[in-house]
Amino acid sequence: MRIELERRPRASKLHALLSPLLALALTVFFGGLMFMALGKDPLSALYSFFIEPLLDTWSLHELAIKAAPLILIGVGLSVAYRSNNWNIGAEGQFTVGAIFGSILPIVFAGWQTPLTLPMMLILGALGGALYAGIPALLKAHFNTNEILTSLMLVYVAQLFLDWLARGVWKDPKGFNFPQSVTFSDAATLGPMFESGRAHWAFAFALIAALLTWIMMRFTMKGFQVAVLGQSERAGRFAGFSSRRMIWFSMLFSGALAGLAGISEVAGSIGHIQPIISPGYGFTAIIVAFLGRLNPLGAIASGLVLALTYLGGEAAQLSIGVSDKVTRVFQGLLLFFVLSCDTLILYKVRLVLAGGKSEGKA
Amino acid sequence: MTEAAIVPLLSVRKLTKLFGTFAANNGIDLEIMPGEIHALLGENGAGKSTLVKMLFGVLSPTSGEIVWNGTPVSISSPGEARKLGIGMVFQHFSLFEALTVAENIALSLDDNVPLSKVAEEAAALSRQYGLPLDPSAHVADLSVGERQRIEIVRALLQNPRLIILDEPTSVLTPQEADKLFETLDKLRAEGRSVLYISHRLEEVQRICDRATVLRHGKVTGACDPKSETPSSLARMMVGADVASVERDQSVAIGAVKLETRNLTVAARTPFAVSLKGISLSVRAGEVLAIAGVAGNGQGELFDALSGEFPQADANAVLLNGVPAGTLGINRRRLLGASFVPEERHGHAAVPALSLSENLLLARSQSDRAAFLSGGPLGLIRQGTLSDATKRISAEMDVRKASIDPPAGSLSGGNLQKFIVGRELDRQPSVLIVNQPTWGVDAGAASRIRQALVDLARSGSAVIVISQDLDEIFEVASQIAVISEGRLSAPYPAGEMTMEKIGLLMGGMHDGSNHPEAAHAH
Repeated sequence: MRIELERRPRASKLHALLSPLLALALTVFFGGLMFMALGKDPLSALYSFFIEPLLDTWSLHELAIKAAPLILIGVGLSVAYRSNNWNIGAEGQFTVGAIFGSILPIVFAGWQTPLTLPMMLILGALGGALYAGIPALLKAHFNTNEILTSLMLVYVAQLFLDWLARGVWKDPKGFNFPQSVTFSDAATLGPMFESGRAHWAFAFALIAALLTWIMMRFTMKGFQVAVLGQSERAGRFAGFSSRRMIWFSMLFSGALAGLAGISEVAGSIGHIQPIISPGYGFTAIIVAFLGRLNPLGAIASGLVLALTYLGGEAAQLSIGVSDKVTRVFQGLLLFFVLSCDTLILYKVRLVLAGGKSEGKA
Repeated sequence: MTEAAIVPLLSVRKLTKLFGTFAANNGIDLEIMPGEIHALLGENGAGKSTLVKMLFGVLSPTSGEIVWNGTPVSISSPGEARKLGIGMVFQHFSLFEALTVAENIALSLDDNVPLSKVAEEAAALSRQYGLPLDPSAHVADLSVGERQRIEIVRALLQNPRLIILDEPTSVLTPQEADKLFETLDKLRAEGRSVLYISHRLEEVQRICDRATVLRHGKVTGACDPKSETPSSLARMMVGADVASVERDQSVAIGAVKLETRNLTVAARTPFAVSLKGISLSVRAGEVLAIAGVAGNGQGELFDALSGEFPQADANAVLLNGVPAGTLGINRRRLLGASFVPEERHGHAAVPALSLSENLLLARSQSDRAAFLSGGPLGLIRQGTLSDATKRISAEMDVRKASIDPPAGSLSGGNLQKFIVGRELDRQPSVLIVNQPTWGVDAGAASRIRQALVDLARSGSAVIVISQDLDEIFEVASQIAVISEGRLSAPYPAGEMTMEKIGLLMGGMHDGSNHPEAAHAH
């Protein structure tokens, strides 16, 4: 017996919708198996991982806090990936965005006006875009592989942040803790609701998703992304420049990652420290794919991935497993999303007889 | 010969294949005798590919019967088809460019045969059948014709009794095609049978013993092609007389619309051809056809004229008198030019995008006012785009399953009609077309050719780059030949003969246009 993949005459619309759901179901199933192997009751473990975090107002706020950077970055990445530019370095752009935006509250701590916060956000986006500009420049002019360059720059950014937090930006009155001064109120992103911590970054994420969706769906820019992403030659025939598209998609995704970075620092953390992200920039890659590279889809998938962070923490507290299960769930999810996408283009067929090595046409 | 005396090698009875409710093949009957070349004729979408895929085990029939050598069989995989003795040469080759000929052949064999033995057998076979092939050559360095030979040798290695060839000559030069026909004769002489799929009626008449004609998934005729005329065969294929292109001899010739002056372009890749000092001019009302064997700079010439790869010298290309050499494709469109590239999928159109989006693809700048609004935002006006798509589809008789389907779901002929219609719809003053009817069925081809002639008649200048000499004589008012990146002087179509074209194709320039060419060859 063997399994054969038969190409469908055209992409299946049904499976395009079902594939993320199927991936989710398989992730939950194999996650349950993992809990069983760890000697936990799978049902109650899954309950505390996926359901419990949704029952408290407090944890819903946490969900929004964690979903905001994931959605912001995921939206940017979905545009970059659609245009066939593989920005893997959003984690680095997130970090540099946080650093750029933090210049104002740390270096110019005395400048506290209503303009401070907007300027910080703009600087953050600018920082992320500039940092993504490095792999863009390298790809557009030297034909380097942006996957490698953007990924390697992540570590440069993280080490630079580490140096800042332990060095020049360390708070002199901070008892030698590796962190900067705490941001003033004028430099802090406030809560959206009275009931909890969730801050405005979540609103930015929703607005960014909506505007980007409109851009992709209704404007010439979105059309260019679609055409150049599918066929560079057809894009050239249309008069679109693939070099300009490299710049646009990298700067766009970098700017959103940078905005996410400064929002995280100005909203949730309140100062600069050596580690500011539990890997949002990498997790957002899963957000983009789980959301079918659709900006609105990224909202839903961002919430799902945020839940895996919360679930990991909750499971650590309530059933005593390592919070590394978060990473396992994220890995399972990406794996199943990509493999379930095969079903969109191919039919699976079980062939019972004739087990010889024939049929390779 | 009495039919009852010999058992058919293959006979197909009431074979039907349904896709959903659509019958791609509807009760097909077909008989192939040992030692005959049997033609399968039909327009694109007539069901030829479906039928052949069932014979080769790629698709399974919904109902009906396949009888091989008197025994009913069910062929569930290409491996099984090969075991029965059916070999297939596909229209699109499946070869690894980075590997050698022998390695490619070895990959397709089921058993582990040493590479040296494969090379030896392949060399022997290629000699035996007059298919010159160097087993140690890398596929990337080979012409399309040579690649096809690999596929044929690959099929012959299995010692098949029936060989299916899908549109084999669509990628060959006339000389290469002649070679192929000799090979087919040898195969027939050995008692092997050939199922020959084509829509080139002349060659079917020339080499085939019998023909089966398909239309809309049904057999509409079975005949001896030698006793038919091309037009009677065409009638069976399309169900009506194919309109021959009407040409008005008294077209007013106007001002020069497109001119190139010593257009010279270095090769961009190791496999490209450099253009050497091409000077041409086309006037309003003229159709300049550029003939030539594939791979002599046609694609490069198209790229240079379209501005997809602009030149350093502004005066290398003049559009309506304006120096346009340095301008990109959209600036040239704004000067009144339109372009139809050779490759439909991934160049002229993006298969996954809808027809209306593919309309926008070519005309987003030239018709900015009509299709976009919101100034710098560039909002796409879906309504006007849909209207234009409908208009073009009706004008060019584009057949499609829904109002605005993905371009990739259309058959080659229908997509090409849409692509040509998309450009004609803006009434360009200059139209440049590369291989307008490549892989297109007879009905669509005649429609497209008529449209090109009509456009010239209405006062535009048209350049048609084509390898199809029948097409060239049908549409051209002037004919030039491209060879190794050089263009011959143009000749009025009436003064051009097949012999002259043949000489020019071989690079025998007459010297009037390129004095240095006489020394080079």
